[in-house]
Amino acid sequence: MNPLPWLSRREFLQTGALVGGGLVIGFVVPGAGRLAQAQAAAPGPFIPNAFLQIDRDDTVRVLLAHSEMGQGIWTALPMLIAEELDADWSKIRVEHAPAAPAYAHTAFGVQMTGGSSSTWSEFERYRRAGATARAMLVQAAAARFGVTAGDCRTGDGQVICGEKRARYGELADDAAKLPLPDPANIVLKDPKDWKIIGKPTKRLDTPEKITGRARFGMDVQFAGLKTAVIARAPVFGATVKSFDDSAARAVPGVLKVVQVPSGVAVVAEHFWAAKLGRDALSVDWDLGPNAALDSDAMRVQFRQLAEKPGAVAAQAGDPKTAMAGAAKAVEAEYFVPYLAHAPMEPLNCAVRIGPDRCEIWTGTQFQTMDQGVAAGITGLKPEQVSIQTMFLGGGFGRRATAASDFVADAVHVAKAAGLPVKTVWTREDDMHGGYYRPMYLHRARVGLGADGMPDAWEHTIVGQSIAMGTSFESMMVRNGVDETSVEGAANSPYLKSVENHRVELHSPVTGIPVLWWRSVGNSHTAFVMESLVDELAAAAARDPVEYRRALLKNEPRHLGVLNLAAEKAGWGQPLPAGRARGIAVHFSFASWFAQVAEVSVNQGAIRVHRVVCAVDCGVAVNPEAIRAQVESAVAFGLSAALHGKLTFKDGRVQQSNFHDFPVLRLSEMPDVEVHIVSSSEKPGGIGEPGVPPVAPAVANAVFALTGKRLREMPFRLAG
Amino acid sequence: MKLLVNGKQHEVAAPPDMPLLWVIRDLLGMTGTKYGCGIAQCGACTVHLDGAPTRSCITPVSAVGDREVLTIEGLDEKGGHPVQRAWAELDVVQCGYCQSGQIMSAAALIARMPKPSDTDIDQAMSGNICRCGTYPRIRAAVHRAAALARR
Repeated sequence: MNPLPWLSRREFLQTGALVGGGLVIGFVVPGAGRLAQAQAAAPGPFIPNAFLQIDRDDTVRVLLAHSEMGQGIWTALPMLIAEELDADWSKIRVEHAPAAPAYAHTAFGVQMTGGSSSTWSEFERYRRAGATARAMLVQAAAARFGVTAGDCRTGDGQVICGEKRARYGELADDAAKLPLPDPANIVLKDPKDWKIIGKPTKRLDTPEKITGRARFGMDVQFAGLKTAVIARAPVFGATVKSFDDSAARAVPGVLKVVQVPSGVAVVAEHFWAAKLGRDALSVDWDLGPNAALDSDAMRVQFRQLAEKPGAVAAQAGDPKTAMAGAAKAVEAEYFVPYLAHAPMEPLNCAVRIGPDRCEIWTGTQFQTMDQGVAAGITGLKPEQVSIQTMFLGGGFGRRATAASDFVADAVHVAKAAGLPVKTVWTREDDMHGGYYRPMYLHRARVGLGADGMPDAWEHTIVGQSIAMGTSFESMMVRNGVDETSVEGAANSPYLKSVENHRVELHSPVTGIPVLWWRSVGNSHTAFVMESLVDELAAAAARDPVEYRRALLKNEPRHLGVLNLAAEKAGWGQPLPAGRARGIAVHFSFASWFAQVAEVSVNQGAIRVHRVVCAVDCGVAVNPEAIRAQVESAVAFGLSAALHGKLTFKDGRVQQSNFHDFPVLRLSEMPDVEVHIVSSSEKPGGIGEPGVPPVAPAVANAVFALTGKRLREMPFRLAG
Repeated sequence: MKLLVNGKQHEVAAPPDMPLLWVIRDLLGMTGTKYGCGIAQCGACTVHLDGAPTRSCITPVSAVGDREVLTIEGLDEKGGHPVQRAWAELDVVQCGYCQSGQIMSAAALIARMPKPSDTDIDQAMSGNICRCGTYPRIRAAVHRAAALARR
């Protein structure tokens, strides 16, 4: 889900008076794009949904078209509105928007959160929402004061003209009666006048999240709501032959046992009874075609595939001939395993179905798809399906599946049981539930010229496609190449600098559901490309930073972060004995990142002490959130680099919970320093692009320290 | 059976082996305490039993006895506990799901140890997983909370 090019789409505004008073500013974006058309949903042309609402008591309500899952959009999007509105920041209140076409992503056409796109995709729309409201409030005030709009200024939630002042709440009713200003007359602030954008701003969701009041999907409770736990297929694709539920029904609190497409659901008064009931089920499964899946065997197959010609993802010159004439060649195989997202909040979804309405409460990244899927199951129209987006206890991509898996099975359970039901996944269910970061094998051969610089590069990537076989295929697969399989490699600036190169792709079908996992393809391509370049520098006996500078000489923003990270980390300066540094630089999700990791090794255990990060993400809307996201990305990347691995044997996932799928803990967390490049360029992403450079920076540091090259995640050093 | 939670006596009809976590959440309707793993590996369910940090997901309700249960809701509902104040000051939370457990572990630590070292914090807090990686801020905020509590 790489960001599409900056989109300037004409926005159509509608305003209206609120029942009970106040001003609503809404947007309707016509033509909701390919994805929406693929869904049964027919986007209405002019539905007045509010992005912004000003109440008589001065409260400014901001509705989020994106889901808060930790990334801080609950604060960043209101900052955009407040900036242009000249709002009193203490009056801002935030809510997730309902599911409706008006909240479709400005570039992707459906209501969703992903691809590190929330800030850049709303930079225009939310600022314009604030600016339009401000213009109307000024006009209302001018009429009241008997002056012209040009005589008025605004600040701290008030319109001011000389000695006269009116609070926005006082003006809301008058403003709501005004016609909508011509969008051409709405002028956004000059960046030099920004008071909020660019200022480190604390999160608005903290008070709820430190007192236990914040409501996640898991926390949805209302009278009559029951809880379901599902016995799901032990092997992907397995189906229920028969089941005996007598022991399950005997568990006190169990109300119903119903069969659904994903398995057998036990519905009970509370989670514990549902889980005991589920565990007491005896299900006879037809294991289907995937009962022999074995990840070791698949790895052997992937390696064989890597020797065969694949779909061409990038090509220039004649790498074969150039390779034959190379002074030196570096050849290597890299490997990364399947990974679970493992968000702290296991999947869940609450559903209540009525005769003409289906209500859903869940933490989701994909409202439009969820709505369409629920409509399909219930026989209702998408607009009859309401979605209340709750706080997400982490997403990392897992709550964004084309099939809306966790919403679909909850709707099936509620329908079959004839009751309002919250379906809760145990941690084991969540970890066994598929939609993993795919396993990938890379094989590369790079030829160096007499100057030590690469002039031939042959690279084959083998791993499952995320998009093929889903509704995203037509959008994301071109000439047999899923862009998410090769992003970060096929478009690498290193390759651009190599006259003769070729990147090929094999996308084997395995029966294991796979998905985007925080940074998607970059989670493996950056590891491979940045490790390989380090291998080349070593082969050429050149300093890794200096070597990268030579390759990236025409890439100013790569160079900017590379040099900044190297400088701040003290690259080239002595370290205490037993420590070494490694560097990586990578562009993804419209942002540039470089990281320097400082490591030591004790009896084969890698310890990361410090990670110095330089980021160029264009305009830094909320520097505090950017720092937090970079810290977060380092932790997430280290979890994969040091620990993460899912394996299959006899069709079954062998890991089940945090004891055998460990993730980074506090005692392993390095110091993280974040340096943000000052920039007036349009904003880039921040949730994901900090993840890819972590693993290669650590691997390169371990090489510098030990001479051992780590080509497989998670990293293992013998003794 | 009787259960003393946040200073209030409750009568709950729960099977004896039902984990305290689900009694708190599903029978008492207090959802601040979270389910993350069910096997005491992640710490999201941390509550205090007579002040001691305890993983409620593996604690049978019958084992609580007459000890007082303190949950995040009972710590300070206005967020005025030193740990909560430090958490707000340092902008610790991200998704927030693990934070009730983090805060309860930290509160127990500074009650026991007025000036914890980094090593003390590593030991006391490493049973609490945060997938968002708020660890650097948690470490700093525990120091800050301890300082606030000492005042």
